[in-house]
Amino acid sequence: MQDFSFHKPQNLAAAVDTLKKRPEAKALGGGQSLIPVMKLGLAAPSDLVSVAGLAELRGIKVDGKELVVGAGMTHAEVADSAEVKKAIPALAALAGHIGDAQVRNRGTLGGSLAHDDPAADYPAAVLALGATVVTDRRKIAADDFFRGLYQTALGADEIVTSVRFPIPEKAAYAKFAHPASKFALVGVMVAKGPAGVRVAVTGAGPGVFRQADMERALGGRWAADALAGVAVKAEGLNADPYGSAEYRAHLIGVMARRAVAAAG
Amino acid sequence: MPSISLRVNGKSVRAEVEGRTLLVELLREKLALTGTHVGCDTSQCGACTVHVDGRSVKSCTMLAVEADGREVTTIEGLAGADGKLSPVQAAFAEHHGLQCGFCTPGMVMSATDLVRRNPGATEAQIREWLEGNLCRCTGYHNIVKAVKAAAQAGGK
Amino acid sequence: MAQGGIGSSVKRKEDARFLTGRGTYVDDIVRPGQTHAVFVRSPHAHAKIKAVKTAEALKAPGVVAVLTGADLAADKVGNLPAGWLIHSKDGTPMVEPGHMALVADKVRHVGDQVAVVVAETKDQAREAAALVEVDYEPLPAMVGLAQAIAPGAALVHDQAKANTCYDWHLGDKAATDAAFAKAHKVVTLDLVNNRLIPNAIEPRAAIGEFDRVTGDLTLYTTSQNPHLIRLLLSAFTMGVPEHKLRVVAPDVGGGFGSKIFHYAEEFVTLWAARRIGRPVKWTATRSEAFMSDAHGRDHVTHCELALDKEGRFLGLRERTLANMGAYLSQFAPSVPTYLHATLLAGCYTTPAIYSEVRAVFTNTVPVDAYRGAGRPEATYLIERLVDVAAREMGMDRVDIRRKNLIPKDKFPYQTPVALQYDSGDYQATLDAALKKADWAGFEKRRAEAKARGKLRGIGISTYVEACGIAPSAVVGALGGRVGLWESAHVRVHPTGSITIFTGAHSHGQSHETTFAQLAAEKLGVSTDQVEVVHGDTAKSAFAMGTYGSRSLAVGGTAIVNAIDKIIAKGKKIAAHLLEASEGDVDFKDGKFTVRGTDRAKAFGEVVLAAYIPHKYPANLEPGLEESAVYDPKNFTFPAGCHICEVEIDPDTGVTQVIAFTAVDDVGTVINPMVVEGQVHGGVAQGIGQALLEGAQYDDQGQLLSGSFLGYTMPRAGDLPSYQVGTEVTACTHNPLGVKGVGEVGAIGSPPAVIGAVCDAIGVRHIEMPATPERVWRAIRDAKKA
Repeated sequence: MQDFSFHKPQNLAAAVDTLKKRPEAKALGGGQSLIPVMKLGLAAPSDLVSVAGLAELRGIKVDGKELVVGAGMTHAEVADSAEVKKAIPALAALAGHIGDAQVRNRGTLGGSLAHDDPAADYPAAVLALGATVVTDRRKIAADDFFRGLYQTALGADEIVTSVRFPIPEKAAYAKFAHPASKFALVGVMVAKGPAGVRVAVTGAGPGVFRQADMERALGGRWAADALAGVAVKAEGLNADPYGSAEYRAHLIGVMARRAVAAAG
Repeated sequence: MPSISLRVNGKSVRAEVEGRTLLVELLREKLALTGTHVGCDTSQCGACTVHVDGRSVKSCTMLAVEADGREVTTIEGLAGADGKLSPVQAAFAEHHGLQCGFCTPGMVMSATDLVRRNPGATEAQIREWLEGNLCRCTGYHNIVKAVKAAAQAGGK
Repeated sequence: MAQGGIGSSVKRKEDARFLTGRGTYVDDIVRPGQTHAVFVRSPHAHAKIKAVKTAEALKAPGVVAVLTGADLAADKVGNLPAGWLIHSKDGTPMVEPGHMALVADKVRHVGDQVAVVVAETKDQAREAAALVEVDYEPLPAMVGLAQAIAPGAALVHDQAKANTCYDWHLGDKAATDAAFAKAHKVVTLDLVNNRLIPNAIEPRAAIGEFDRVTGDLTLYTTSQNPHLIRLLLSAFTMGVPEHKLRVVAPDVGGGFGSKIFHYAEEFVTLWAARRIGRPVKWTATRSEAFMSDAHGRDHVTHCELALDKEGRFLGLRERTLANMGAYLSQFAPSVPTYLHATLLAGCYTTPAIYSEVRAVFTNTVPVDAYRGAGRPEATYLIERLVDVAAREMGMDRVDIRRKNLIPKDKFPYQTPVALQYDSGDYQATLDAALKKADWAGFEKRRAEAKARGKLRGIGISTYVEACGIAPSAVVGALGGRVGLWESAHVRVHPTGSITIFTGAHSHGQSHETTFAQLAAEKLGVSTDQVEVVHGDTAKSAFAMGTYGSRSLAVGGTAIVNAIDKIIAKGKKIAAHLLEASEGDVDFKDGKFTVRGTDRAKAFGEVVLAAYIPHKYPANLEPGLEESAVYDPKNFTFPAGCHICEVEIDPDTGVTQVIAFTAVDDVGTVINPMVVEGQVHGGVAQGIGQALLEGAQYDDQGQLLSGSFLGYTMPRAGDLPSYQVGTEVTACTHNPLGVKGVGEVGAIGSPPAVIGAVCDAIGVRHIEMPATPERVWRAIRDAKKA
């Protein structure tokens, strides 16, 4: 790993200020995505600005019809949170199956979203629930946030501070884990909420995406068998030795049905 | 070079580290706590698992500077001052939960976190919890048996 | 029985240090003034090296040396040898291209070592390694076996025409063809034994050290056999006499075969240490391990079984292409030949067998022994054929096996492929396993699973393997270049504590405990009084190390023989002390007694007398320590029956192993707890091979499964709890009656797992690993058909 300067700012403003002054700097959440990438030499920032512990990024609360989760909350904290379990149990369950126990003890919501691994779990929740990503300077709708392979709408010096999840009527996430990495080979989050029915797929493509045909079918009738007629195309999907595009397309259907069934 | 101070196995430690120094490098190379092992470079194997403020983390995927001001426990700090093995350590010996011993420190630290958190853990929960720890020798059978026994014995 | 003696589940002596973080593995060792090595490895599978430019790297901070293949050539060192010579059918010796520890002419697999950078710190070495500039001219990569032997294929080594190392055969072709000609039924099968990556959790590491005053060289290395490494360093790679070389293999974190071999890196650290006059340390990253540890298996096989009307096996023949990878690793040539084809009778009475094996070079990582080595490949081939035969003959899978098992009254049993099995009772392990697994009640469980929407299947394998390697004369006749005996030295100290020095090496096998149990049993002492020393050529006598489930059968026998010498000498001393004739002295339960009297001397009294020989026999040397070496008379033949039960999710193709039963006959059991643990671990690797693991290269020779993110290691959640049992028939040719247990789990299990998958989804065969996608496709194709 190439060396860098480490910064531990006292507050959000100082963190943003450091990022602005150093164009090669990166924000560091729990490090469970960024540190492995740096160890492999795929990223070599000049500075790391630790943000996970900032007070502005901590906390979980229900605010009106939204669940607000601080970007610095670890996956374990989200999974164990009574508020999350009550408001959006599917989100707690999703967080409880990210990576493994040790990763969940360090990895954070904000870090996961900023890294935007195409096989990460959280992006499916953010997109399917129609959440709003709140940063130090603005609010970004989920539909505008994800921009494909490791690309988001975030500026280089922008820090995710929290995510506002509209509390859905029903939601569930079904994940088919990659046998080796345990990332999602295919993960499907379905939700029926204020913004209608939304279906988001992670792991299968170059980035998280919505499945419009399934949304239409479930919008008509919320039931697993409503998806029976929806054909998922393999074109454009990922392929590796553990899952061809065709198999992933098939799994999108299976996971979507299971998620709908689980959501009740 | 950043200077950090932390507590490791109950003792105060000050160290000069580079930004890039990993917690596991600090432990192994500067503090000579070689019980914590490195078995991979992609955060999968869990041999490097230690506790930071009581929670299990992979010390190969945490910067030493991030441990500044924290309480770190390694396998060397698990037994009592009198050398008495912790319930998880004792259960691993009793149930032959280790063979070559290389994954063992990480396995024990991870299992310790589990039994503290969930003393009633079922076999399925134990197997799921240990997803972040690879063992190539035991086939996990006796590890699971040991963790279950430790959990029933009251964990810690 | 002595306390802690043979047959008791003594808790392990080694655990105290491992559980408290006090184990000492190579990477834990820090030598004064040590430097750090990082290798420059090829990014290409096959390319000519046009130039290696080291000037920039040499200028980098902290760099002590940058060494290349040219430096090796100048020093005339570093050619890694093959340890086994195979002759082709036509009598010509195999093609032995040599293997330079740093290559200068061309690279032959991704990860091939081109240069080494030695620097003050690991980071400095890593950074400087990135500055070594190598000009490559890429050549076509020969990745798959079919591609490598196709006409016009590029040559991995110029001297190996058609990339063939050897084209070998075994068995009576005419008799086998005749058996097939008169067969009622012939079943054929094409199958692949998938390439595996051993992945001991401890990555390989080495520290080379040079004493400038004495000229002595010391190598700390992650090895299963330090003496063998010293021999190869001395005779081949370094050319330094043994008395100037010490090899230490301290605690080693798993081997599974992959730490048998003399690797380039361990030689290079030692050679570099001599050149710079300082210790040089290297530890593999896991990514590096994936492309530099010898891989295992990788056979492509066509096989056939001839049967009579009743389902009796008349003949078996096979053609196998065996992947050697880019170079010949030490024991690679023996794996698909003498460790594979000689096992093709399995536990059956098949009278005629013919095997043809062609070993092929490819632009992939070298392949060598991995847990089971050749025997899992043979067992898988036989057991898959038997299942397919049962299916095509309309016979029950148990009945067809039972009908063909070698009866227990036919031992010793001479197979048509060279081996003579000394003992066994294959019906007993079969019956015990069927009962333990409740084979009879399976259909009920299948129906219950079906009601839940799951496809449940059951699979069985009955197997025999050959281990406890091996009689040196036999090995020599078959092309082995080493003897395979084992040494022991037992030192009884004046106050009665005992040190056992063994050439075997424990890297998970629990020798420190089980070998101490041998002394406890024979001498009536507590295991606490016994310490087992291994892993250091300066401490134990020359011996061959640990692999092929040989440590107890060969090394343990040597220990017992040395202890017998201690007892014999003790009797002489006791006879003198008791004023009796030596012939009248018995030794039992730690006491020397005079037959027919109540006169006795405790073991401790006799030991003390040996060291304080005030009253002592004339013509007897004081002291009490003895050595023995043991060269086995035959292989040992563990056997057993494995039964696997799976449930498959038809929507996703995911296979869950619900139950796994193993009943093995490993001969006399010294420590049941340890034996069970060994079976568990072996079975886990077998289930891994069958369902999860498999090295995958792309057509450019890049390893797609080059990390734990892409290569599926079995995790706790992938595996069940196992039901394990033993049946005992004693080995007839060693005094303990032991056979060996290290490999049985990995040998017997894969066909049981695949048999269960095939049974669940109703197909004839499915390739390993039976990944969810493969199973899903097989279900879909079966529906279409």
